[in-house]
Amino acid sequence: MASLTPQVTTQVATGTAPARGGRPRRPRVWRGVVLVLAAVYFLVPLIASFVFTVEVPNQGFSLDAYGQIFSAEGFGGSLLLSLGLGVATIVLVLLLTLPAAVAVRLGAPRLRPVLEVVCTLPLVVPPITFVAGISTVLRWGPDYLATTPLYQTMIAVQNPDFPVVLVLAYVVLALPFAYRSLDAGLGAIDVRTLSEAARNLGASWPHVLLRVIIPNMRSAMASASFLTLALVLGEFTIARLLSFETFPNWIYRISGSQAQVSVAVSVFSLLITWLLLLALSSAGARQRSGS
Amino acid sequence: MPLLVFVVIVFGVPMLVLLGGTFTKEGAFSTANLTESLQGAYLTALLGSVKISALVAVLGGVLGTFLAQAVVTSRFRTLREAVLTASGVLANFGGVPLAFAWIATLGNSGVVTTTLGLGQHGWSLYNFWGLTLVYLYFSIPLQVLTVVPALDGLRPQWREAAQNNGASTWQFWRYVGIPVLTPALLGGVVLLFGGAFSAYATAQAMVGSTVPLVTLKIADALTGNVLIGHENVALALSLDMIVVAGLVMAVYLPLQRRSARWLR
Repeated sequence: MASLTPQVTTQVATGTAPARGGRPRRPRVWRGVVLVLAAVYFLVPLIASFVFTVEVPNQGFSLDAYGQIFSAEGFGGSLLLSLGLGVATIVLVLLLTLPAAVAVRLGAPRLRPVLEVVCTLPLVVPPITFVAGISTVLRWGPDYLATTPLYQTMIAVQNPDFPVVLVLAYVVLALPFAYRSLDAGLGAIDVRTLSEAARNLGASWPHVLLRVIIPNMRSAMASASFLTLALVLGEFTIARLLSFETFPNWIYRISGSQAQVSVAVSVFSLLITWLLLLALSSAGARQRSGS
Repeated sequence: MPLLVFVVIVFGVPMLVLLGGTFTKEGAFSTANLTESLQGAYLTALLGSVKISALVAVLGGVLGTFLAQAVVTSRFRTLREAVLTASGVLANFGGVPLAFAWIATLGNSGVVTTTLGLGQHGWSLYNFWGLTLVYLYFSIPLQVLTVVPALDGLRPQWREAAQNNGASTWQFWRYVGIPVLTPALLGGVVLLFGGAFSAYATAQAMVGSTVPLVTLKIADALTGNVLIGHENVALALSLDMIVVAGLVMAVYLPLQRRSARWLR
Protein backbone atom coordinates (compact mmCIF):
# COMPACT_ATOMS: atom_id res chain seq x y z
CA MET A 1 0.00 0.00 0.00
CA ALA A 2 2.93 2.32 0.57
CA SER A 3 3.36 2.73 -3.17
CA LEU A 4 -0.14 4.10 -3.65
CA THR A 5 0.69 7.80 -3.36
CA PRO A 6 3.06 8.08 -6.34
CA GLN A 7 0.84 5.73 -8.32
CA VAL A 8 -2.18 7.90 -7.74
CA THR A 9 -0.45 11.07 -8.87
CA THR A 10 0.85 9.56 -12.09
CA GLN A 11 -2.50 8.04 -12.90
CA VAL A 12 -4.23 11.33 -12.42
CA ALA A 13 -1.65 13.18 -14.46
CA THR A 14 -2.09 10.89 -17.46
CA GLY A 15 -5.84 10.43 -17.15
CA THR A 16 -8.32 12.37 -19.22
CA ALA A 17 -11.67 13.35 -17.82
CA PRO A 18 -14.49 11.70 -19.74
CA ALA A 19 -17.66 13.47 -20.80
CA ARG A 20 -16.45 16.93 -19.89
CA GLY A 21 -16.38 18.33 -23.42
CA GLY A 22 -14.16 21.35 -23.76
CA ARG A 23 -12.88 21.65 -20.18
CA PRO A 24 -10.91 18.59 -19.22
CA ARG A 25 -8.38 20.40 -17.00
CA ARG A 26 -10.29 21.51 -13.92
CA PRO A 27 -11.89 18.21 -12.88
CA ARG A 28 -8.56 16.49 -13.36
CA VAL A 29 -6.95 18.85 -10.88
CA TRP A 30 -9.55 18.54 -8.11
CA ARG A 31 -9.67 14.81 -8.46
CA GLY A 32 -5.90 14.64 -8.07
CA VAL A 33 -6.00 16.90 -5.02
CA VAL A 34 -8.76 14.85 -3.38
CA LEU A 35 -7.02 11.56 -4.01
CA VAL A 36 -3.65 12.77 -2.79
CA LEU A 37 -5.13 14.27 0.37
CA ALA A 38 -7.05 11.07 1.04
CA ALA A 39 -3.94 8.98 0.46
CA VAL A 40 -1.96 11.13 2.90
CA TYR A 41 -4.68 11.03 5.56
CA PHE A 42 -5.20 7.29 5.34
CA LEU A 43 -1.64 6.14 4.81
CA VAL A 44 0.28 8.34 7.24
CA PRO A 45 -1.12 6.72 10.43
CA LEU A 46 -0.44 3.25 9.03
CA ILE A 47 3.13 4.08 8.06
CA ALA A 48 3.74 6.03 11.25
CA SER A 49 2.48 3.16 13.39
CA PHE A 50 4.81 0.82 11.61
CA VAL A 51 7.74 3.18 12.06
CA PHE A 52 6.80 3.54 15.72
CA THR A 53 7.04 -0.22 16.21
CA VAL A 54 10.33 -0.81 14.42
CA GLU A 55 12.30 2.18 15.65
CA VAL A 56 13.88 1.65 19.03
CA PRO A 57 15.40 4.85 20.51
CA ASN A 58 19.20 4.89 20.07
CA GLN A 59 19.18 1.54 18.31
CA GLY A 60 17.60 2.13 14.95
CA PHE A 61 15.65 -0.45 13.05
CA SER A 62 14.47 -3.53 14.90
CA LEU A 63 11.61 -5.97 14.59
CA ASP A 64 11.80 -6.91 18.26
CA ALA A 65 8.34 -5.57 19.06
CA TYR A 66 6.81 -8.09 16.67
CA GLY A 67 8.79 -10.91 18.22
CA GLN A 68 7.66 -9.86 21.67
CA ILE A 69 4.00 -10.15 20.67
CA PHE A 70 4.16 -13.92 20.74
CA SER A 71 6.05 -14.19 23.99
CA ALA A 72 3.98 -11.56 25.80
CA GLU A 73 2.01 -12.86 28.75
CA GLY A 74 -1.65 -13.41 27.96
CA PHE A 75 -1.33 -13.18 24.19
CA GLY A 76 -2.09 -16.80 23.34
CA GLY A 77 -4.87 -17.16 25.87
CA SER A 78 -6.75 -14.03 24.89
CA LEU A 79 -6.37 -14.65 21.17
CA LEU A 80 -7.59 -18.23 21.53
CA LEU A 81 -10.51 -17.04 23.61
CA SER A 82 -11.48 -14.48 20.98
CA LEU A 83 -11.12 -17.00 18.16
CA GLY A 84 -13.18 -19.56 20.06
CA LEU A 85 -15.87 -16.98 20.72
CA GLY A 86 -15.75 -16.04 17.04
CA VAL A 87 -16.26 -19.60 15.84
CA ALA A 88 -19.08 -20.24 18.30
CA THR A 89 -20.75 -16.98 17.28
CA ILE A 90 -20.47 -17.80 13.58
CA VAL A 91 -22.00 -21.25 14.04
CA LEU A 92 -24.85 -19.94 16.13
CA VAL A 93 -25.60 -16.92 13.95
CA LEU A 94 -25.66 -19.02 10.78
CA LEU A 95 -27.83 -21.70 12.41
CA LEU A 96 -30.32 -19.04 13.46
CA THR A 97 -30.26 -16.73 10.46
CA LEU A 98 -30.08 -19.07 7.49
CA PRO A 99 -33.30 -21.04 8.20
CA ALA A 100 -35.07 -17.78 9.06
CA ALA A 101 -33.96 -16.08 5.84
CA VAL A 102 -34.98 -19.10 3.74
CA ALA A 103 -38.31 -19.42 5.55
CA VAL A 104 -39.09 -15.77 4.96
CA ARG A 105 -38.45 -16.16 1.24
CA LEU A 106 -40.41 -19.39 0.80
CA GLY A 107 -43.10 -19.85 3.40
CA ALA A 108 -43.87 -16.69 5.30
CA PRO A 109 -43.19 -13.54 3.32
CA ARG A 110 -45.46 -11.67 5.73
CA LEU A 111 -42.91 -12.14 8.48
CA ARG A 112 -40.30 -10.36 6.41
CA PRO A 113 -40.84 -6.86 7.85
CA VAL A 114 -40.69 -8.34 11.35
CA LEU A 115 -37.37 -9.96 10.57
CA GLU A 116 -36.03 -6.77 9.02
CA VAL A 117 -36.93 -4.75 12.10
CA VAL A 118 -35.43 -7.39 14.39
CA CYS A 119 -32.24 -7.32 12.37
CA THR A 120 -32.04 -3.52 12.40
CA LEU A 121 -32.58 -3.09 16.15
CA PRO A 122 -29.03 -4.02 17.15
CA LEU A 123 -27.84 -1.20 14.88
CA VAL A 124 -30.08 1.33 16.59
CA VAL A 125 -29.19 0.27 20.12
CA PRO A 126 -25.56 1.17 20.90
CA PRO A 127 -23.57 -1.79 22.30
CA ILE A 128 -22.87 0.06 25.51
CA THR A 129 -26.56 0.34 26.33
CA PHE A 130 -26.98 -3.33 25.48
CA VAL A 131 -24.25 -4.25 27.93
CA ALA A 132 -25.83 -1.98 30.55
CA GLY A 133 -28.94 -4.14 30.29
CA ILE A 134 -27.03 -7.41 30.31
CA SER A 135 -24.94 -6.57 33.36
CA THR A 136 -28.07 -5.58 35.26
CA VAL A 137 -29.68 -8.90 34.42
CA LEU A 138 -26.55 -10.77 35.49
CA ARG A 139 -26.40 -8.84 38.75
CA TRP A 140 -29.89 -10.08 39.55
CA GLY A 141 -28.52 -13.59 39.79
CA PRO A 142 -27.23 -13.50 43.36
CA ASP A 143 -30.04 -11.21 44.51
CA TYR A 144 -33.21 -12.95 43.39
CA LEU A 145 -32.45 -16.30 41.87
CA ALA A 146 -29.95 -17.83 44.27
CA THR A 147 -32.23 -20.74 45.15
CA THR A 148 -33.51 -21.60 41.66
CA PRO A 149 -31.81 -23.75 39.00
CA LEU A 150 -31.68 -20.66 36.79
CA TYR A 151 -28.92 -19.37 39.02
CA GLN A 152 -26.67 -22.28 38.04
CA THR A 153 -27.27 -21.43 34.41
CA MET A 154 -26.28 -17.84 35.03
CA ILE A 155 -23.05 -18.91 36.70
CA ALA A 156 -22.27 -21.31 33.86
CA VAL A 157 -22.96 -18.62 31.30
CA GLN A 158 -20.32 -16.39 32.90
CA ASN A 159 -17.58 -19.01 33.07
CA PRO A 160 -14.39 -16.99 32.49
CA ASP A 161 -12.80 -19.82 30.49
CA PHE A 162 -15.51 -19.59 27.88
CA PRO A 163 -18.10 -16.88 28.56
CA VAL A 164 -21.22 -18.03 26.77
CA VAL A 165 -22.85 -14.72 27.61
CA LEU A 166 -20.43 -13.03 25.19
CA VAL A 167 -21.38 -15.45 22.44
CA LEU A 168 -25.05 -14.64 22.99
CA ALA A 169 -24.40 -10.89 22.94
CA TYR A 170 -22.20 -11.14 19.85
CA VAL A 171 -24.85 -13.12 17.99
CA VAL A 172 -27.21 -10.21 18.52
CA LEU A 173 -24.59 -7.72 17.33
CA ALA A 174 -23.77 -9.83 14.27
CA LEU A 175 -27.40 -10.40 13.25
CA PRO A 176 -27.76 -7.33 11.00
CA PHE A 177 -24.61 -8.07 9.03
CA ALA A 178 -25.21 -11.80 8.78
CA TYR A 179 -28.84 -11.38 7.76
CA ARG A 180 -28.03 -8.82 5.09
CA SER A 181 -25.32 -10.83 3.41
CA LEU A 182 -27.36 -14.04 3.57
CA ASP A 183 -30.43 -12.28 2.22
CA ALA A 184 -28.39 -10.82 -0.64
CA GLY A 185 -27.04 -14.31 -1.35
CA LEU A 186 -30.55 -15.77 -1.40
CA GLY A 187 -31.68 -12.99 -3.71
CA ALA A 188 -29.00 -13.97 -6.22
CA ILE A 189 -30.29 -17.54 -6.58
CA ASP A 190 -33.80 -18.68 -7.41
CA VAL A 191 -34.58 -20.32 -4.08
CA ARG A 192 -38.16 -21.16 -4.92
CA THR A 193 -37.44 -22.99 -8.20
CA LEU A 194 -34.45 -24.77 -6.72
CA SER A 195 -36.26 -25.98 -3.65
CA GLU A 196 -39.42 -26.98 -5.56
CA ALA A 197 -37.35 -28.93 -8.06
CA ALA A 198 -35.55 -30.69 -5.23
CA ARG A 199 -38.82 -31.43 -3.43
CA ASN A 200 -40.35 -32.85 -6.64
CA LEU A 201 -37.38 -35.17 -6.91
CA GLY A 202 -38.15 -36.46 -3.45
CA ALA A 203 -35.70 -34.57 -1.27
CA SER A 204 -36.66 -33.87 2.33
CA TRP A 205 -36.51 -30.32 3.72
CA PRO A 206 -33.23 -30.79 5.62
CA HIS A 207 -31.85 -32.36 2.49
CA VAL A 208 -32.90 -29.35 0.40
CA LEU A 209 -31.28 -26.98 2.85
CA LEU A 210 -28.04 -28.93 3.20
CA ARG A 211 -27.49 -30.20 -0.32
CA VAL A 212 -29.17 -27.57 -2.53
CA ILE A 213 -29.33 -24.20 -0.83
CA ILE A 214 -26.17 -24.16 1.25
CA PRO A 215 -23.83 -25.12 -1.62
CA ASN A 216 -25.29 -22.23 -3.62
CA MET A 217 -24.78 -19.85 -0.75
CA ARG A 218 -21.11 -20.49 -0.10
CA SER A 219 -19.84 -17.01 -0.83
CA ALA A 220 -22.67 -15.29 1.05
CA MET A 221 -22.05 -17.53 4.05
CA ALA A 222 -18.34 -16.87 3.81
CA SER A 223 -18.88 -13.11 3.88
CA ALA A 224 -21.35 -13.39 6.76
CA SER A 225 -18.81 -15.48 8.67
CA PHE A 226 -16.01 -13.09 7.92
CA LEU A 227 -17.95 -10.05 9.07
CA THR A 228 -18.92 -11.87 12.24
CA LEU A 229 -15.35 -12.94 12.92
CA ALA A 230 -14.05 -9.41 12.38
CA LEU A 231 -16.71 -8.08 14.73
CA VAL A 232 -15.91 -10.58 17.48
CA LEU A 233 -12.15 -10.15 17.19
CA GLY A 234 -12.45 -6.38 17.48
CA GLU A 235 -15.22 -6.14 20.07
CA PHE A 236 -14.13 -4.27 23.15
CA THR A 237 -17.08 -2.61 24.83
CA ILE A 238 -19.08 -5.62 25.98
CA ALA A 239 -16.10 -7.77 26.93
CA ARG A 240 -14.53 -4.97 28.92
CA LEU A 241 -17.63 -4.02 30.85
CA LEU A 242 -18.34 -7.63 31.71
CA SER A 243 -14.60 -8.03 32.57
CA PHE A 244 -13.59 -10.88 30.28
CA GLU A 245 -10.12 -10.70 28.84
CA THR A 246 -10.62 -11.06 25.10
CA PHE A 247 -8.01 -10.06 22.57
CA PRO A 248 -8.80 -6.31 22.36
CA ASN A 249 -8.93 -6.12 26.13
CA TRP A 250 -5.53 -7.71 26.31
CA ILE A 251 -4.13 -5.12 23.88
CA TYR A 252 -5.62 -2.40 26.02
CA ARG A 253 -4.15 -3.84 29.22
CA ILE A 254 -0.60 -4.21 27.92
CA SER A 255 -0.61 -0.74 26.34
CA GLY A 256 0.24 0.75 29.72
CA SER A 257 3.48 -1.16 30.14
CA GLN A 258 4.46 -2.08 26.58
CA ALA A 259 3.34 0.67 24.23
CA GLN A 260 5.38 -0.58 21.30
CA VAL A 261 4.03 -4.10 21.53
CA SER A 262 0.45 -2.89 21.68
CA VAL A 263 0.90 -0.78 18.55
CA ALA A 264 2.62 -3.72 16.86
CA VAL A 265 -0.37 -5.92 17.65
CA SER A 266 -2.68 -3.24 16.25
CA VAL A 267 -0.76 -3.09 12.98
CA PHE A 268 -0.64 -6.86 12.89
CA SER A 269 -4.38 -7.27 13.40
CA LEU A 270 -5.10 -4.72 10.67
CA LEU A 271 -2.87 -6.64 8.26
CA ILE A 272 -4.67 -9.89 9.05
CA THR A 273 -8.07 -8.29 8.50
CA TRP A 274 -6.84 -6.89 5.24
CA LEU A 275 -5.57 -10.25 4.00
CA LEU A 276 -8.81 -12.00 4.98
CA LEU A 277 -10.89 -9.43 3.16
CA LEU A 278 -8.73 -9.57 0.05
CA ALA A 279 -8.95 -13.36 0.02
CA LEU A 280 -12.71 -13.13 0.43
CA SER A 281 -13.24 -10.59 -2.35
CA SER A 282 -10.98 -12.43 -4.79
CA ALA A 283 -12.80 -15.69 -4.01
CA GLY A 284 -16.10 -13.92 -4.68
CA ALA A 285 -14.79 -12.51 -7.97
CA ARG A 286 -13.62 -15.94 -9.10
CA GLN A 287 -17.00 -17.47 -8.38
CA ARG A 288 -18.78 -14.71 -10.27
CA SER A 289 -16.58 -15.13 -13.35
CA GLY A 290 -16.96 -18.91 -13.16
CA SER A 291 -20.75 -19.01 -13.22
CA MET B 1 -38.90 -19.26 14.40
CA PRO B 2 -36.00 -19.96 16.77
CA LEU B 3 -34.39 -16.70 15.70
CA LEU B 4 -37.23 -14.59 17.06
CA VAL B 5 -37.28 -16.52 20.33
CA PHE B 6 -33.54 -16.04 20.67
CA VAL B 7 -33.72 -12.30 20.05
CA VAL B 8 -36.59 -11.87 22.49
CA ILE B 9 -34.65 -13.61 25.25
CA VAL B 10 -31.14 -12.31 24.67
CA PHE B 11 -32.00 -8.86 23.42
CA GLY B 12 -35.48 -8.20 24.73
CA VAL B 13 -34.88 -9.08 28.37
CA PRO B 14 -31.90 -6.73 28.86
CA MET B 15 -33.83 -3.96 27.15
CA LEU B 16 -36.85 -4.47 29.39
CA VAL B 17 -34.61 -4.51 32.44
CA LEU B 18 -33.01 -1.33 31.20
CA LEU B 19 -36.38 0.31 30.86
CA GLY B 20 -37.50 -0.97 34.24
CA GLY B 21 -34.29 0.03 35.99
CA THR B 22 -34.49 3.53 34.57
CA PHE B 23 -37.79 4.17 36.25
CA THR B 24 -36.96 2.51 39.56
CA LYS B 25 -35.26 4.19 42.45
CA GLU B 26 -34.97 2.49 45.84
CA GLY B 27 -37.61 0.01 44.84
CA ALA B 28 -40.30 2.44 43.81
CA PHE B 29 -41.39 3.96 40.55
CA SER B 30 -39.66 7.25 39.91
CA THR B 31 -38.37 9.43 37.13
CA ALA B 32 -35.53 10.72 39.30
CA ASN B 33 -32.90 8.72 37.39
CA LEU B 34 -34.04 10.11 34.10
CA THR B 35 -34.03 13.67 35.43
CA GLU B 36 -30.59 13.18 36.91
CA SER B 37 -29.27 11.83 33.64
CA LEU B 38 -30.32 15.05 31.95
CA GLN B 39 -28.52 17.36 34.36
CA GLY B 40 -25.04 18.64 35.09
CA ALA B 41 -22.08 16.53 33.99
CA TYR B 42 -24.34 13.90 32.45
CA LEU B 43 -26.05 16.44 30.23
CA THR B 44 -22.65 17.85 29.21
CA ALA B 45 -21.55 14.35 28.25
CA LEU B 46 -24.69 13.68 26.26
CA LEU B 47 -24.39 16.99 24.43
CA GLY B 48 -20.68 16.35 23.89
CA SER B 49 -21.50 13.02 22.25
CA VAL B 50 -24.17 14.57 20.06
CA LYS B 51 -21.82 17.40 19.08
CA ILE B 52 -18.88 15.23 18.08
CA SER B 53 -21.14 12.77 16.27
CA ALA B 54 -22.84 15.52 14.30
CA LEU B 55 -19.50 17.08 13.38
CA VAL B 56 -18.04 13.73 12.32
CA ALA B 57 -21.19 12.89 10.37
CA VAL B 58 -21.23 16.15 8.41
CA LEU B 59 -17.48 16.35 7.79
CA GLY B 60 -17.24 12.65 7.00
CA GLY B 61 -20.28 12.88 4.76
CA VAL B 62 -18.90 15.75 2.70
CA LEU B 63 -15.31 14.51 2.48
CA GLY B 64 -16.39 10.93 1.82
CA THR B 65 -18.64 12.05 -1.01
CA PHE B 66 -15.83 14.00 -2.66
CA LEU B 67 -13.53 11.00 -2.40
CA ALA B 68 -16.23 8.72 -3.78
CA GLN B 69 -16.86 11.06 -6.71
CA ALA B 70 -13.13 11.24 -7.44
CA VAL B 71 -12.96 7.46 -7.48
CA VAL B 72 -16.13 6.91 -9.50
CA THR B 73 -15.18 9.34 -12.27
CA SER B 74 -11.70 7.88 -12.51
CA ARG B 75 -11.10 5.66 -15.50
CA PHE B 76 -8.82 3.30 -13.65
CA ARG B 77 -10.49 0.15 -12.44
CA THR B 78 -7.55 -0.84 -10.25
CA LEU B 79 -7.69 2.47 -8.38
CA ARG B 80 -11.41 2.02 -7.87
CA GLU B 81 -11.05 -1.55 -6.66
CA ALA B 82 -8.18 -0.60 -4.38
CA VAL B 83 -10.09 2.29 -2.80
CA LEU B 84 -13.24 0.24 -2.32
CA THR B 85 -11.38 -2.68 -0.73
CA ALA B 86 -9.42 -0.30 1.46
CA SER B 87 -12.68 1.39 2.48
CA GLY B 88 -14.15 -1.96 3.41
CA VAL B 89 -11.24 -2.66 5.71
CA LEU B 90 -10.87 0.82 7.17
CA ALA B 91 -14.58 1.24 7.83
CA ASN B 92 -14.27 -1.73 10.19
CA PHE B 93 -11.00 -0.51 11.65
CA GLY B 94 -12.39 0.84 14.86
CA GLY B 95 -11.84 0.22 18.48
CA VAL B 96 -8.61 -0.11 20.36
CA PRO B 97 -6.18 -0.72 17.45
CA LEU B 98 -7.38 2.47 15.75
CA ALA B 99 -6.71 4.52 18.85
CA PHE B 100 -3.23 3.06 19.21
CA ALA B 101 -2.36 3.64 15.57
CA TRP B 102 -3.21 7.33 16.02
CA ILE B 103 -1.43 7.60 19.34
CA ALA B 104 1.68 6.22 17.65
CA THR B 105 1.26 8.81 14.91
CA LEU B 106 0.14 12.02 16.55
CA GLY B 107 0.16 11.25 20.26
CA ASN B 108 2.58 12.97 22.62
CA SER B 109 5.50 10.75 21.58
CA GLY B 110 4.04 9.83 18.19
CA VAL B 111 6.21 9.60 15.12
CA VAL B 112 4.76 12.60 13.29
CA THR B 113 4.57 14.69 16.46
CA THR B 114 8.24 14.22 17.29
CA THR B 115 9.45 14.49 13.69
CA LEU B 116 7.69 17.78 13.08
CA GLY B 117 8.12 19.06 16.63
CA LEU B 118 4.38 19.63 16.98
CA GLY B 119 4.60 19.24 20.74
CA GLN B 120 6.13 22.69 21.13
CA HIS B 121 3.26 24.29 19.26
CA GLY B 122 0.75 23.03 21.79
CA TRP B 123 -0.49 20.14 19.74
CA SER B 124 -2.50 17.51 21.55
CA LEU B 125 -4.40 14.58 20.14
CA TYR B 126 -6.30 14.02 23.34
CA ASN B 127 -9.07 16.55 22.95
CA PHE B 128 -12.30 17.10 21.06
CA TRP B 129 -10.66 17.86 17.71
CA GLY B 130 -8.18 15.03 18.00
CA LEU B 131 -11.00 12.61 18.62
CA THR B 132 -12.87 14.03 15.63
CA LEU B 133 -9.81 13.47 13.46
CA VAL B 134 -9.61 9.86 14.59
CA TYR B 135 -13.34 9.18 14.18
CA LEU B 136 -13.14 10.47 10.62
CA TYR B 137 -10.66 7.70 9.90
CA PHE B 138 -13.40 5.08 9.90
CA SER B 139 -16.26 7.44 8.97
CA ILE B 140 -14.98 8.62 5.58
CA PRO B 141 -14.52 5.06 4.25
CA LEU B 142 -18.01 4.20 5.45
CA GLN B 143 -19.43 7.17 3.57
CA VAL B 144 -17.50 6.12 0.45
CA LEU B 145 -19.03 2.67 0.66
CA THR B 146 -22.54 4.10 1.08
CA VAL B 147 -22.33 6.70 -1.66
CA VAL B 148 -20.45 4.87 -4.43
CA PRO B 149 -23.49 2.79 -5.49
CA ALA B 150 -25.58 5.97 -5.64
CA LEU B 151 -22.96 7.79 -7.71
CA ASP B 152 -22.79 4.81 -10.03
CA GLY B 153 -26.54 5.14 -10.42
CA LEU B 154 -26.26 8.70 -11.75
CA ARG B 155 -26.72 7.99 -15.40
CA PRO B 156 -24.47 9.72 -17.91
CA GLN B 157 -27.61 10.31 -20.00
CA TRP B 158 -28.93 12.71 -17.36
CA ARG B 159 -25.78 14.78 -17.56
CA GLU B 160 -25.88 14.73 -21.38
CA ALA B 161 -29.53 15.74 -21.37
CA ALA B 162 -28.75 18.61 -19.01
CA GLN B 163 -25.83 19.72 -21.15
CA ASN B 164 -27.95 19.56 -24.32
CA ASN B 165 -30.42 21.82 -22.60
CA GLY B 166 -27.62 24.28 -21.93
CA ALA B 167 -27.03 23.60 -18.23
CA SER B 168 -23.65 24.36 -16.72
CA THR B 169 -21.85 21.88 -14.48
CA TRP B 170 -23.04 23.80 -11.44
CA GLN B 171 -26.63 23.78 -12.68
CA PHE B 172 -26.45 20.07 -13.35
CA TRP B 173 -25.38 19.36 -9.77
CA ARG B 174 -27.76 21.92 -8.28
CA TYR B 175 -30.91 20.72 -10.06
CA VAL B 176 -30.23 17.08 -11.00
CA GLY B 177 -27.28 15.52 -9.22
CA ILE B 178 -27.74 16.67 -5.64
CA PRO B 179 -31.53 16.12 -5.50
CA VAL B 180 -31.18 12.56 -6.78
CA LEU B 181 -28.32 11.84 -4.41
CA THR B 182 -29.78 13.54 -1.33
CA PRO B 183 -31.37 10.44 0.21
CA ALA B 184 -28.20 8.40 -0.22
CA LEU B 185 -26.04 11.21 1.14
CA LEU B 186 -28.23 11.79 4.16
CA GLY B 187 -28.49 8.07 4.74
CA GLY B 188 -24.72 7.89 4.88
CA VAL B 189 -24.55 10.85 7.24
CA VAL B 190 -27.02 9.14 9.57
CA LEU B 191 -24.93 5.97 9.59
CA LEU B 192 -21.82 7.99 10.44
CA PHE B 193 -23.67 9.72 13.24
CA GLY B 194 -24.71 6.39 14.69
CA GLY B 195 -21.19 5.02 14.43
CA ALA B 196 -19.58 7.97 16.15
CA PHE B 197 -22.34 8.22 18.74
CA SER B 198 -21.97 4.66 19.97
CA ALA B 199 -18.17 4.51 19.73
CA TYR B 200 -16.65 3.63 23.07
CA ALA B 201 -13.47 1.62 22.61
CA THR B 202 -11.59 4.27 20.65
CA ALA B 203 -12.51 7.03 23.05
CA GLN B 204 -11.69 4.96 26.13
CA ALA B 205 -8.30 3.91 24.79
CA MET B 206 -7.46 7.40 23.58
CA VAL B 207 -8.79 10.14 25.77
CA GLY B 208 -9.90 8.32 28.91
CA SER B 209 -12.25 10.88 30.36
CA THR B 210 -10.80 14.21 29.23
CA VAL B 211 -13.50 14.59 26.59
CA PRO B 212 -17.00 14.27 28.06
CA LEU B 213 -18.84 11.55 26.16
CA VAL B 214 -21.95 9.73 27.17
CA THR B 215 -20.52 6.27 26.45
CA LEU B 216 -17.63 6.93 28.82
CA LYS B 217 -20.05 8.11 31.51
CA ILE B 218 -22.16 4.97 31.17
CA ALA B 219 -19.08 2.78 31.45
CA ASP B 220 -17.95 4.73 34.51
CA ALA B 221 -21.30 4.32 36.18
CA LEU B 222 -21.50 0.61 35.31
CA THR B 223 -18.10 -0.15 36.78
CA GLY B 224 -19.26 1.27 40.08
CA ASN B 225 -17.78 4.73 39.77
CA VAL B 226 -20.88 6.50 41.12
CA LEU B 227 -22.47 7.38 44.43
CA ILE B 228 -24.39 4.65 46.22
CA GLY B 229 -28.00 4.61 45.13
CA HIS B 230 -27.28 6.15 41.77
CA GLU B 231 -26.40 2.95 39.90
CA ASN B 232 -29.50 3.21 37.78
CA VAL B 233 -28.32 6.48 36.28
CA ALA B 234 -26.28 4.38 33.87
CA LEU B 235 -29.51 2.77 32.72
CA ALA B 236 -31.21 6.11 32.34
CA LEU B 237 -28.28 7.43 30.31
CA SER B 238 -28.49 4.33 28.14
CA LEU B 239 -32.15 5.04 27.56
CA ASP B 240 -31.29 8.62 26.55
CA MET B 241 -28.80 7.24 24.05
CA ILE B 242 -31.30 4.80 22.60
CA VAL B 243 -33.83 7.58 22.17
CA VAL B 244 -31.33 9.79 20.32
CA ALA B 245 -30.09 6.91 18.16
CA GLY B 246 -33.65 5.78 17.50
CA LEU B 247 -34.72 9.26 16.38
CA VAL B 248 -31.77 9.47 14.01
CA MET B 249 -32.46 6.01 12.60
CA ALA B 250 -36.11 6.91 12.13
CA VAL B 251 -34.88 9.52 9.64
CA TYR B 252 -32.72 6.99 7.86
CA LEU B 253 -35.19 4.26 6.94
CA PRO B 254 -37.67 6.33 4.87
CA LEU B 255 -34.71 8.02 3.15
CA GLN B 256 -33.33 4.68 2.10
CA ARG B 257 -36.65 3.71 0.58
CA ARG B 258 -36.80 6.96 -1.36
CA SER B 259 -33.34 6.64 -2.85
CA ALA B 260 -34.09 3.08 -3.92
CA ARG B 261 -36.76 4.44 -6.26
CA TRP B 262 -34.36 6.35 -8.52
CA LEU B 263 -31.25 4.29 -8.22
CA ARG B 264 -31.91 0.96 -9.80
